[in-house]
Amino acid sequence: MSKNIILCGVGGQGTILASRLIATAAMDKDIPIKTAETIGMAQRGGSVFSHLRLGEGINSPLIGKGEVDLIIGFEPGETVRQLPFLKQGGAVVVSSRPVMPVSAMIGQSKYDAEAMVEYLKANVEHLTIVDADKAADELGSAKVLNVVLLGAALRSGELGLEESDLENAIREKVKVPEKFLELNKKALSWSKGGK
Amino acid sequence: MHKEFLMGNEAIALGALAAGVNLVAGYPGTPSTEVLETIAKRNPGNVYVEWSINEKAGMEVAAGAAYAGARALVTMKQVGLNVASDPLMSLEYIGVKGGMVVLVADDPGPISSQTEQDTRTFAMFSKVPVFDPSSVSEAYEMIQEAFDFSEKYGTPVFFRATTRVDHGYEALEVKDPEEYFVNKPEGFVKDPSRWVIFPRLSVKNHALIEKRNAELKNVFSEYHRNKILREEDTAKCRKGIATQGVNFMYTLDSLHDKNARVMRVATPFPFPEKLALDFLAGLDEVLCIEELDPVIERALTYVCGKYSLDVRIRGKLTGDIPPSGENSMEIVRGALAEFLKNEEDETGEDGTVVAPAAAELPQPPALPVRPPVLCAGCPHRASFYAVKTAMRGKKTIYCGDIGCYTLGNAAPLDMCDTCLCMGAGIGIAQGVGHIEPDTKCFAFVGDSTFFASGITGTVNAFYNQADMTLIVLDNSTTAMTGHQPHPGTGRTVMGQVVEKVSIERVLRAIGLTVVETVDPLDYALSVETVKRVADEPGVKAIIFRSPCIAISKPKGRSHVDPDKCIGCGKCIRELGCPAIILDSDGKKAKIDTSVCTGCTLCEQLCPVKAISGGAKNDTAKGGRHE
Ligand code: SF4
Ligand code: SF4
Repeated sequence: MSKNIILCGVGGQGTILASRLIATAAMDKDIPIKTAETIGMAQRGGSVFSHLRLGEGINSPLIGKGEVDLIIGFEPGETVRQLPFLKQGGAVVVSSRPVMPVSAMIGQSKYDAEAMVEYLKANVEHLTIVDADKAADELGSAKVLNVVLLGAALRSGELGLEESDLENAIREKVKVPEKFLELNKKALSWSKGGK
Repeated sequence: MHKEFLMGNEAIALGALAAGVNLVAGYPGTPSTEVLETIAKRNPGNVYVEWSINEKAGMEVAAGAAYAGARALVTMKQVGLNVASDPLMSLEYIGVKGGMVVLVADDPGPISSQTEQDTRTFAMFSKVPVFDPSSVSEAYEMIQEAFDFSEKYGTPVFFRATTRVDHGYEALEVKDPEEYFVNKPEGFVKDPSRWVIFPRLSVKNHALIEKRNAELKNVFSEYHRNKILREEDTAKCRKGIATQGVNFMYTLDSLHDKNARVMRVATPFPFPEKLALDFLAGLDEVLCIEELDPVIERALTYVCGKYSLDVRIRGKLTGDIPPSGENSMEIVRGALAEFLKNEEDETGEDGTVVAPAAAELPQPPALPVRPPVLCAGCPHRASFYAVKTAMRGKKTIYCGDIGCYTLGNAAPLDMCDTCLCMGAGIGIAQGVGHIEPDTKCFAFVGDSTFFASGITGTVNAFYNQADMTLIVLDNSTTAMTGHQPHPGTGRTVMGQVVEKVSIERVLRAIGLTVVETVDPLDYALSVETVKRVADEPGVKAIIFRSPCIAISKPKGRSHVDPDKCIGCGKCIRELGCPAIILDSDGKKAKIDTSVCTGCTLCEQLCPVKAISGGAKNDTAKGGRHE
């Protein structure tokens, strides 16, 4: 079984760490994995994406259009941008909270985030919308949005991993004091009750 | 051996360590930077590692080590190779004793670069053999082989990877430190007839290089990474695909025609000619799938001409593959489908390419436009804004540089009129000034780039009586590439604390008499300083010093008092700080406290003092940030 996953968002939102967590969890289960990351100028507030490919018989680190099983979107507009990669019947997990580009703030471009969410609702059957503001309020931190989204991705059934796999990966990768570990665990299971 | 999940650049670094590399030098540049960083991090203790001040310095340091019999690695991005080309062109004539690998990261797209130059073409020009890996795990093995080849043939070799290999990740088996090869350098042995380049030696060695490269064509034809994947039924095989790098991977995942032949070229120069002849035998047509220059396409066209083969070579030059930009699965799939579609297939279907069914999507609403921007709280924003305010209404030119400050070009700052290559703004400001004496010419340079290539330009300006203002944006780090130390930081990559090179003292030693250092986050003082300094004659300098937000902790966060805010929009319109947005009614300013660093710039700008709570880092007077 192979899985193609795209994580997307805006530079600085923590997509790379989330991608590392999935990869670590997969590696611990001896699932072959290849990823491609956006590193460089786009990390300064530009559109970023990670391609992850899990399973046997994979050569290319990049995924083609119509081949993605799961998109984990950190931002509605960026998720719509990646939608052509989704295969028919693929799943999307998306944070409803937009990141307004400077170009829109100063009136040089337009960005209607609500229209993006509506578009996703209209075009993706297997859609999970994560209320990022509510999650931040309840968890007391906006910094674990990536882990909240991973939790929702787990529950979409398209990640091919268990909650305990990701928990272990968090312990291995996020080398932080016990209290942050707790916060991360809570974030991982937040979408169980929260959405 | 043990298994690790590694970035391509990390795998290359561990491969170099496994090959017993003794010395590593380099200059940061995306997508190459993590190679040297990983070597510094995973250093078993016996490897000398340095961030050189630029690629030329790094190339020379590595060459010296290789002269002494060490295994040496020098790392850079493709444009860095231009800086290092002077020593490299001559070094190829002299050769090396220890293995020397020149790692160059190419950037198709380009994703983070000025040019789409191809190091494979540079290899032909400089006569230096080149290795071109296709995947992360292969890069780990291949760099070890590159050291062996280099040592065996006494020549530096290129190891060039592209972004998708450099920044791809894979889980792979790597050696434990106890398994690393240990190279004991013999030391430098004096021999002027070998190490001193003179015309006489050059002509002699030129002949030897040509002879060796002719021999390498045969050697590389046997090299196991240059390979042919054979068709199932030779009677039916009329078409071949020649490819390289990550394109080989795209091809493998897209091609399902068992009757097409595939050649993968791992050493595009010297070109494995014998292997190519073998590949071309019996074919009518070949499609070359590669990125950047049509290197394989030209080589195969040459082979066909040389041996009078009637094979049509297609690729970039024939319009079958895009001439520029990065390839994608779609591009490769599309080109393959087109190339293979006339196949006389009894089943009547081409069946060559798996084209998955994408969901039918209606036109989406306008997607957000997101060019990269300066971070919230970036001190460069304050510096640019101060210069902009001070020079309002005057005829000016702002010559920019390569680094985060290139992002000062974006609206609303619009403070980058030119950007060419590292340090070039200093020369361009002079040239414009000589032609337009009534223009106030400014050159912006970073702290790391000042050391990399700003000093010679400044000496030139001073000596030749230019009239310009040099602005050094000193944030105490090499920020764009991920915060490497440089001579001004007083730290080395090996962790030593060393004497800092003072930018002020360098400028004064050149002869500049007006050299002022200001904290850019002190808005009024900055504007006043720019006004005053820019009116001085000759070459003068302002150093805007404030640490990069990524290496300093915020001391507070700013917020807007909605009762005081009059919704004038000045903070948003003038600064373009990504932390300032509008509240839910879209009337008043609101600050996203999760990204605001409390730099206070917007506080100083607000006409009704509605913003407060920030606390700026105060390092201009209190010495350098560590
Ligand atoms: S204080 Fe103002 S300008 Fe500075 S980071 Fe915060 S919102 Fe941006
Ligand atoms: S500058 Fe001051 S008054 Fe004007 S929108 Fe910003 S916070 Fe409100």
